[in-house]
Amino acid sequence: METYAFLRNFADSWHLLFMTLFFVGVFVWVLRPGSRSVHDEAAQSIFRNDDTPGSLHVRPAKEA
Amino acid sequence: MWDYVKLVAFGVIAVLAAIAANYARDEAYLVNALTVMIAAAVVFIWLLRNMGEAKEPVNENEYLDGVVRAGVIATALWGVVGFAVGVLVAAQLAFPSLNFDWAHGYLHFGRLRPIHTSAVIFAFCGNALIASGFYVVQRTCATRLWGGNTAWWVFWGWQLIIVMAATSYIFGGSQGKEYAEMPWHIDLLIVVVWLGLLAVYAGTVMQRKEPHIYVANWFYLAFIITIAMLHVVNNAALPVSIFGSTSVQAYAGVQDAMIQWWYGHNAVGFLLTAGFLGMMYYFVPKQAERPVYSYKLSIIHFWALIFLYIWAGPHHLHYTALPEWATTLGMIFSIMLWMPSWGGMINGLMTLSGAWDKLRTDPVLRMMVIAIGFYGMSTFEGPVMSIKTVNSLSHYTDWTIGHVHSGALGWNGMITFGALYFLVPRLWNREGLYSVRLVSWHFWLATLGIVLYAASMWVAGIMEGLMWREVDANGFLVNAFADTVSPKHPMYVVRALGGLMFLSGGVIMCYNLWMTVRAQPAKAPVNANNFLPAE
Repeated sequence: METYAFLRNFADSWHLLFMTLFFVGVFVWVLRPGSRSVHDEAAQSIFRNDDTPGSLHVRPAKEA
Repeated sequence: MWDYVKLVAFGVIAVLAAIAANYARDEAYLVNALTVMIAAAVVFIWLLRNMGEAKEPVNENEYLDGVVRAGVIATALWGVVGFAVGVLVAAQLAFPSLNFDWAHGYLHFGRLRPIHTSAVIFAFCGNALIASGFYVVQRTCATRLWGGNTAWWVFWGWQLIIVMAATSYIFGGSQGKEYAEMPWHIDLLIVVVWLGLLAVYAGTVMQRKEPHIYVANWFYLAFIITIAMLHVVNNAALPVSIFGSTSVQAYAGVQDAMIQWWYGHNAVGFLLTAGFLGMMYYFVPKQAERPVYSYKLSIIHFWALIFLYIWAGPHHLHYTALPEWATTLGMIFSIMLWMPSWGGMINGLMTLSGAWDKLRTDPVLRMMVIAIGFYGMSTFEGPVMSIKTVNSLSHYTDWTIGHVHSGALGWNGMITFGALYFLVPRLWNREGLYSVRLVSWHFWLATLGIVLYAASMWVAGIMEGLMWREVDANGFLVNAFADTVSPKHPMYVVRALGGLMFLSGGVIMCYNLWMTVRAQPAKAPVNANNFLPAE
């Protein structure tokens, strides 16, 4: 029972706080200034390397 | 040396399986032991015949696509098998005489129903996720699959598990947990194969050449890791004998029920949702030839979905012995889950912004879009049904079955069909699909089939729920249970018809894919992948 009480207490205090902060932190991290170019680049990444892993360096020219 | 170790290992497995078959305490275990014995013997002979053969050197500059091709074939075939069993059980509900006397005790509804659910969830969806995951992780990480032939062992191990589970159900070897019916010895085999899958996937991600881990891989990894956790916790059990299928659950009473539905709902959440969202985030942008609408939203979608989904399980246990705070918690998280779900739906649909005209000409893209539409519809219906007052009407009725199928047929089925139509010409290097017209036929048969299915189950479910709670002026129940069964007959017939249409669509797809590989000309070697520069 003591283990239960300890875990229960931990779960709805410190761990709850940790999860909430992590959750909020994800939003802050994703929306941080300057991340747009990183995300645009990641979104484009599926359009290369279709045939072979080696074609990594033959990236298509970016739109002007 | 390693070859000899493998050879000896499979020889020993075959002998041990034969011994287990000899001591088997029940039919289900006997059949499973014989299946393992045959499988191990086949592998033994295959290894023996290939001993000392010079191995072809592995070209690290090529993707390992053989296993993806095998997975695509398995997905299409298991899909049709699973749909066919579904049509059969639907027909058995409409016409009970289809529970034939000669097959009684083996092929009646109660034995066939888990075969249907396992075939569509684990065989069809499972193979679709493993195959598409192997395809996507290689392309997005720009590297060959990690672990050499481990991916092949995962593939064949998974097929063995499917065959063992299905035969076990026929002979009565079920542990009675919904979607986790497999007896303990198959559960152990699943753990081994699943850790192999995790190793291949994580190993490939770790040796990636792309700096960023594309969002689809996050969803696929969440699916693999969470299913491993759910499976191990929910199936904790003590076998009565190592030579029998029967086992005793590690948990009892309401704790067992809560763990079962924590498993059950998150199997929906992480296998049928997260895994398939990984599929959506790769195949929809690829087919539309446009990047995903908002990459930021996709990351938020991921974290919000996995943070909220894991708590939603208790909504399966409203008005039971489960404490009220737990069911309220499950209900609230289910409602909150609506937001990330619709965020993801909007992200998928808006990927087409500026390219909506493609829907007119491309039935494959149309299939993917209607899948996202059904995803949005069933992730709205689900939270509504998790509200206690709604649940008091809908629970235990056919409404639930309708909800499950609008999600499973509409979302999982359609996005998988879209992915298969995308993959087959590329994997077999063919000049497009055999027939776009047949894709349109498949699309309309499947869509109308789902509409018939969902609509008939809404009517049947709400009617049933209202009849169950109807009381007269003195407070007595008006209807006996049997009175609420017989009026459902017409709806059951319509449902079976809807299922039959969905099955026919699947058969047409198999023919189309088969003819694509057989009859379509191979692609010209120049520009072999129809590579389009980003416009």
